[in-house]
Amino acid sequence: MLSVQHVSGGYSSESVLKDISFEVQTGELFGILGPNGSGKTTLLKMISGILQIAKGDIFIKGKRLQEFHSKQLAQIVAVLSQHSSQSFSYTVKETVSLGRYAHQTGWFQTWGEKDEMIVQRVMKQTGIASFQNKNIQELSGGEKQRVFLAQALAQEPEILLLDEPTNHLDLSYQKELLDLLKCWTTETGLTVLSIFHDLNLAGLYCDRLLLLENGRININHIPNEVLREERIREVYHTEIKKHPHPRVPAPQMVLLPEEKQAKKKIQIYEGLLRVNNEFIELKAPSPLRTMSSGVIGSGTGWHQTFVNRHVGKDYNCSDHRKEMADFLKAKGFEPSETVGMMTAVVLEDVSYKYFAETGFSLFVVVTAGVGNAIDASKSEQHTFDKVPGTINTWIFVNGELTEEAFIQCIMTATEAKAKALHDLKVIDAVTGTVATGTSTDSILIAATQAGEILEYAGTITALGKLIGKAVYECTSEAIQKSQKRKVI
Amino acid sequence: MQRLSIPKFLNNKILAYLIAGSFLLLSILLGISIGTVSVPIFTIIQIMMSKLFGIISLDQIDPMFSSIVLNIRLPRVILAGLVGASLAIAGAAFQGLLRNPLADPYTLGVSSGASVGAVLTLFFQFSIPFIGSFTLPLLSILFSWVTIFLVLAFARKIERSMRVETIILTGIIFSSFLGAIISLMIALTGDELRQIIGWLLGSVSMRGWEYIKIILPFFVLGSVILIFNAKELNAMSFGEERAHHLGVNVQKRKLMILTAGSILTGAAVAVSGTIGFVGLVIPHLSRLLWGPDHRHLLPLSIITGSGFLILADLISRTIISPTELPIGVITALIGAPVFALILLQRKRTERSG
Repeated sequence: MLSVQHVSGGYSSESVLKDISFEVQTGELFGILGPNGSGKTTLLKMISGILQIAKGDIFIKGKRLQEFHSKQLAQIVAVLSQHSSQSFSYTVKETVSLGRYAHQTGWFQTWGEKDEMIVQRVMKQTGIASFQNKNIQELSGGEKQRVFLAQALAQEPEILLLDEPTNHLDLSYQKELLDLLKCWTTETGLTVLSIFHDLNLAGLYCDRLLLLENGRININHIPNEVLREERIREVYHTEIKKHPHPRVPAPQMVLLPEEKQAKKKIQIYEGLLRVNNEFIELKAPSPLRTMSSGVIGSGTGWHQTFVNRHVGKDYNCSDHRKEMADFLKAKGFEPSETVGMMTAVVLEDVSYKYFAETGFSLFVVVTAGVGNAIDASKSEQHTFDKVPGTINTWIFVNGELTEEAFIQCIMTATEAKAKALHDLKVIDAVTGTVATGTSTDSILIAATQAGEILEYAGTITALGKLIGKAVYECTSEAIQKSQKRKVI
Repeated sequence: MQRLSIPKFLNNKILAYLIAGSFLLLSILLGISIGTVSVPIFTIIQIMMSKLFGIISLDQIDPMFSSIVLNIRLPRVILAGLVGASLAIAGAAFQGLLRNPLADPYTLGVSSGASVGAVLTLFFQFSIPFIGSFTLPLLSILFSWVTIFLVLAFARKIERSMRVETIILTGIIFSSFLGAIISLMIALTGDELRQIIGWLLGSVSMRGWEYIKIILPFFVLGSVILIFNAKELNAMSFGEERAHHLGVNVQKRKLMILTAGSILTGAAVAVSGTIGFVGLVIPHLSRLLWGPDHRHLLPLSIITGSGFLILADLISRTIISPTELPIGVITALIGAPVFALILLQRKRTERSG
């Protein structure tokens, strides 16, 4: 559809673009990225025929750009630029109608039924039909942007060039516009070339991305390849972190704010733990990075308060999440900052230990009940009647963990727990074999993300070894306490 | 609220033409009727009828009336109308092209350029062979054409975005400079000062049918070119880049529009001297009443512009009768405050927007 071959050029004095070559296929949503001054707008202006090409060629549908007449070009290529100035108070409809200019030929250039139909259609599509008789000078920035988009669409183009189309638009219209563009590319075969400042929007919607750096192509590839942490960091000279989108397979970039003061080094230790009949509470001095399977605050996130709540053996509630949140609120905790778990175990039987290694330290808290012990390898033989008995494990790491380390922490902790049950000969009542855990166990890994970087937490690493030991000891002690209580 | 409801009410285009047309007709009748000798409007209609259609013979009418009407007042009214129309449509076109509601042949310095051409011709008695009496308008047109391109080139040099104020300032620089050249020429020729200044301030008196013949072809040519470019003007009032994206051949159309504007201005100045602010007030008023769409703005500016100048001429020759005021005084008295008002309004919208 569009082919750019060895194009150089720019404004009179110096060439902004140097030897740019790429191709865009019909129906593609093609994003152009690059820091300020990298030549994005210059490139778009060349494709739209506003700037002269100093060297190289641009082909549209196989024909050289210079061979098109103004009107012919406008029937194929429409442009939505960043700023549109207007000094006179045209109405919205008059403005949109101008988009039909290129399609009106002959001496009298009469306004046909088809023109009217198209204008009405694009106004509806962009949501501006309701104020079509309003003066455009009275509109807000976002409304104006949509009016000019409608004008471009009224040209019925095959290629749409956009210079930061989401500028001035609020969140819902950004999404709506891009959804609409995406839909048109797939359904009507519209080809879209768009400059993006927002890398995440580009990564979310574009089929392919072109990254410009100082007037040259850095890379032209699929979003996942272009939006690599190191590449973006280098081209944009800024601290960013790549992160997967929670719902769709698209890369997302997050900025890392510059921290003025060095992070205050915090320590999680016994002194922060409060135990009463109702709950065990640990309040960290600042939010911790967490990965957990609690009732509240599960998954990954940042949390500051950790609560393990005692519930009766007959606790049964249809919406236990809401009930838990209400409970937390009633006790003065903020549910969004809290990881909350439940247990039927008597909270006095909690076992906790603080371990220190060179460079990092560990604080582990375990409550354990084994009335419901299960051999995981034979769990299919269970009918899962509600029998209380849960092992809740909290592991606080004073150090910085990678994502891998979080997962390995869970593995190591689980293995240590299973071993503790094995050594205490906790038996699965149904199968008669040694149990590996209970049916409702929960785990929390929380790290201060300050201090030494701990890349892995497998049993070969210092961290893994310490976790294994700590969890084993705490779990054993907690189970013994609980069993003793039963005997008495 | 008030301002919104007025254009809405008048939005009907047929109504717009009716109102403008009635205004023009009224101005013509008043312009012919009022003077040292008052001619009854009914008599004027009779004379017109007999001249145009020959239905009524002229014999029944007082020959003094028909002589006043046909030889003095009518040519004067027509000339005033043509000059007003030329300046108004040229102003409308310049404003649309430059996206600048303050642009008009006078503020851009184009009128001054044309004056230099006219003064040169008049005082040095130039006459190009074969074209004879058209030497005057042709030289005026040539000078106004050169001036507009110099002004725009200079304004672009100052600032690429060509803000409204920059263009006007450039116009003032050129006006002053060209005005000085005219003064210099006048001083050197040592002719009678009053007559020259009268011409410079603009007048449509004592010109006769001769001058109508001079301006008419240029008026028709310029207006037709502009009206055929009305859609392009609409596109270009959104900026040249946008117009290009919409499919307008910007360079070609711009040249056409500027040339047509120079033709209209040059011809008008050649026959009547510099009359300021008509091209500023009339398009602005028309736009306010009937919207900025050039397909209607240009014809409506022609109609209201001619009516306006006929009335201005009527006032100029009756207000301190028997002495005649230069017509430029009247238009400036009305136009300069309007200019100030538009400037104020613009600044206000810029600040609020």
